Amino acid sequence: MPRPFGARNDKNFMEKINIKIDGKEYSADSGQTILEVARENGIDVPSLCYHPDLQTRSTCRMCLVEIKGQKDLKTSCSTPVAENMEVLTESPRINRARKINLELIFAQHQEECPDCVWFFNCQLLKLAKRFGVKITRFPDRKIQRKITQCGPIVFDQTKCIDCRNCVDVCPVDFLSVENRGADISIENSQDEWKECIACGQCILHCPVGAIEGVGEFEEAQELGIKKKKMRVVQFAPAIRTSIGEEFDLKPGEIVTGQLVAALRKLGFDKVFDTSVGADFTTFEEAGELLERLKSGKNLPAFSSCCPSWVKFVEFYYPEFVPNLCTSRSPQTMLGGVIKNYWAQKEGFKPEDIEVVSVMPCVAKKYEIKREEMKINGLFPVDKVLTTREIAYLIKKNKIDLKNIAAGEADDPFGMPSGAGVIYGASGGVFESALRTVYFKATGKNPAGDEFKRVRGQEGIKINEITIGDKIIKSVVVNGIRNARKMLEELKKNPQAFQAMEVMACPGGCIGGGGQPVPTNSQLRKKRAAALYDIDAKKEFRCAHENPALQKVYKEFFVSEEIIRPILHTSYAPKKKSAIMTLKNSKETR
Amino acid sequence: MADLIEKIKDSGLTGRGGAGFPTGKKWEAVKSTPGKKKFVIANGSEGEPAVGKDGWLLENYPEEIIAGIRLALETFKAQKAFIYLNKNYFEKYSENLKKIIRELPIEIFREPGGYLCGEETTLIESLENKRLEPRNKPPYPTEAGLENCPTLVNNLETFYAVAQIAKGEYKQERLYTISGDVSHPGVFELPENWPIEKILHKTLNWPIEDFFVQVGGGASGVILTMEELENKVTGSGAIVVYDRKKTDPGTLMKKWLDFYFQENCGKCVPCREGVYRLRELLKQEEINWELVKEVCLVLREASFCPLGKSVAAPLESLIMKVIKR
Ligand code: SF4
Ligand code: SF4
Ligand code: SF4
Ligand code: FES
Repeated sequence: MPRPFGARNDKNFMEKINIKIDGKEYSADSGQTILEVARENGIDVPSLCYHPDLQTRSTCRMCLVEIKGQKDLKTSCSTPVAENMEVLTESPRINRARKINLELIFAQHQEECPDCVWFFNCQLLKLAKRFGVKITRFPDRKIQRKITQCGPIVFDQTKCIDCRNCVDVCPVDFLSVENRGADISIENSQDEWKECIACGQCILHCPVGAIEGVGEFEEAQELGIKKKKMRVVQFAPAIRTSIGEEFDLKPGEIVTGQLVAALRKLGFDKVFDTSVGADFTTFEEAGELLERLKSGKNLPAFSSCCPSWVKFVEFYYPEFVPNLCTSRSPQTMLGGVIKNYWAQKEGFKPEDIEVVSVMPCVAKKYEIKREEMKINGLFPVDKVLTTREIAYLIKKNKIDLKNIAAGEADDPFGMPSGAGVIYGASGGVFESALRTVYFKATGKNPAGDEFKRVRGQEGIKINEITIGDKIIKSVVVNGIRNARKMLEELKKNPQAFQAMEVMACPGGCIGGGGQPVPTNSQLRKKRAAALYDIDAKKEFRCAHENPALQKVYKEFFVSEEIIRPILHTSYAPKKKSAIMTLKNSKETR
Repeated sequence: MADLIEKIKDSGLTGRGGAGFPTGKKWEAVKSTPGKKKFVIANGSEGEPAVGKDGWLLENYPEEIIAGIRLALETFKAQKAFIYLNKNYFEKYSENLKKIIRELPIEIFREPGGYLCGEETTLIESLENKRLEPRNKPPYPTEAGLENCPTLVNNLETFYAVAQIAKGEYKQERLYTISGDVSHPGVFELPENWPIEKILHKTLNWPIEDFFVQVGGGASGVILTMEELENKVTGSGAIVVYDRKKTDPGTLMKKWLDFYFQENCGKCVPCREGVYRLRELLKQEEINWELVKEVCLVLREASFCPLGKSVAAPLESLIMKVIKR
């Protein structure tokens, strides 16, 4: 995403300069903004619309500062530093303007705090307290606005403060600013050629919780009622290094054991690890990749674990649908294995089991409802809760995740390989597949870091991978805008790649739309690094080494006829889905 | 030729669009910023009530405007110039302008929106077919304007003045649009340093009755009383005379706010919300003047662009000097 000033991205222009903030000297890089420098030095300048992932729009006007020698107050998020600049971030003049401004913002925003993504971390409330704002001098202006839903995403205009972060972050331009002045509103696209792919990035980047996943958080509460004989929960790879943030732990802190214990305390009968599902996915996908490389058909092979990416292909690039690997995503993979293999073994009927997934992702809510997912008429997963939702439940039940004694996930799906864990980071799916491809091609396991090159947060990573006598031209992508570029490239040059991994969210699932707020590249880096730490310490780094997986294949998946319906799915071009109106707007003024 | 910029600087000419930035400095910035291409834009958006001088120039001195634009094109070796006209002016003057332009690389552009399009970065957005709202500054248009290239945006009258400077005929005059409760409304060319009082007398517009004036523009202009007429005219050169007996201040405020309500783009909080709240506040039986003033303050201090910043001045001065609250 382009940034107007970005010395950090543009090393050539970096130059050290000196500035004074609130009377103290600081050194800064030319091209940085005042806000960036202030933040780096622990000075808390209020802001709402500023987001390090996005281009600066300066719509909220909260970050005003005084600059010596300049008549007008300036927004620090948009003003680059200059040599010898003297800045004040607090003064009676600034605070007076900020306070009234904040009141005006509040009067746009219909508070629904207990039910909000930001409840435990709300900037608005913090600022209100800091500036002693009376929230009631102006009547709420947007009570009568509408609430819409598209797929699993709910857009609530009554809370929107018109900052436009969602519009800028949406990779498919599904959201747009309509009308002018006080009538401005953020609208879902009615364009028949535009579709929301449910990535949830708009949720993460909305400063005031005006967009949320469906059921957030009402649905989480229904969990209290057990509806079936056996209730199973599985948790995704990317959760274990992110959920700690919800409990004031350091970003990237590994809390797998505590999470398991907390889930158990919430009353689930069994706690399984979706990373084991990922091992199944790897195993199947590696097979597909090898087969396609051999036959030359449907190349490049596309990864298909990310439902937003899958939907993107189905809707925007249907000509590429055959390229998607048919292996299921880890959660529906494991769901299928649980309801078929495990059910049989434990003496349950598939319909006696409720499978709940804890995912870093909102699109997973959509994925489980896809008709193509059904096995013998039954959905493999019944419910998806996001990282945020499960954190909310844990807090609500007064479970102290920080200090709870660590538990262990249940057999037989509690012990993943390292490959299954790195699924949560961009490059992880492909690296896992490569480890198994390597084994299948050479009969040996690769060194743990053999395919390290595909890791990292960059949006597009192009690599030629040599395995035995094979060279695989590959690209690993995160972010749908980048994916679009690569698909356009493929249209021009179909031979450009043979394998392509795509995750819709920045950095992969660790930056997923269901993850804790706030989000930024530093946090994502730490969450990812921790996953690789787990991997490095694992006895088994490859999916095919996982004894649980080997056992299931030996006992159950003995033929293609059994494997196909349970471990694979299908895709087809999709039409635009309906935009539902949950609450209609009335006359607004 | 090389010293045209020096001549402009020596003349002390400031932009006639309203912001009053020194023209020589602007030209120098465009000249000295390297760019693949450069552009020149003559701004004839003229969307504020009670301002009519650009129309008057288009009617009477189109050759001079184009001479000024041509000088800019030559000075910057610019690729292209635009004459940016509001819908009325476009309909009325395009044909005639084209006859004067002939082979010059000057395009006449029809403004797609309202008042805000006169703001230079919004104007550029509109030329690029984007949503009509201002850009962050910096970068300034002189560094990265149209197509991100160095771009000069000047008011039509500024080009007219530059043409005179080049010929050595500039007389430190500017155009005044006089309207309201006067007997000889119109556009007048008079010395730029004359006090309002002298201008009203000279144009035979001195009202006999008790009055106050709005100076600068018919929406953004500040209110001055009879005692303050030794001041010079600022902004885009408008003087609106209000007969105290005939003028209801409430109606006047409503008129201004309706205008701003209609014309603001909605991008930033203070202007979008502030203008809305002011309109609501002034509809009340009992007006909460304190709150009105607070909202004015945030508009002035925190708005994104000149439109929002300018809402406060007329209101605050009217409230203080005429309504006396
Ligand atoms: S969920 Fe993703 S695709 Fe849908 S509107 Fe939000 S950002 Fe856009
Ligand atoms: S929905 Fe949220 S992110 Fe989008 S404009 Fe409104 S407040 Fe900003
Ligand atoms: S002040 Fe703000 S809302 Fe008003 S016109 Fe300028 S940018 Fe738009
Ligand atoms: S944070 Fe700078 S204007 Fe919103």
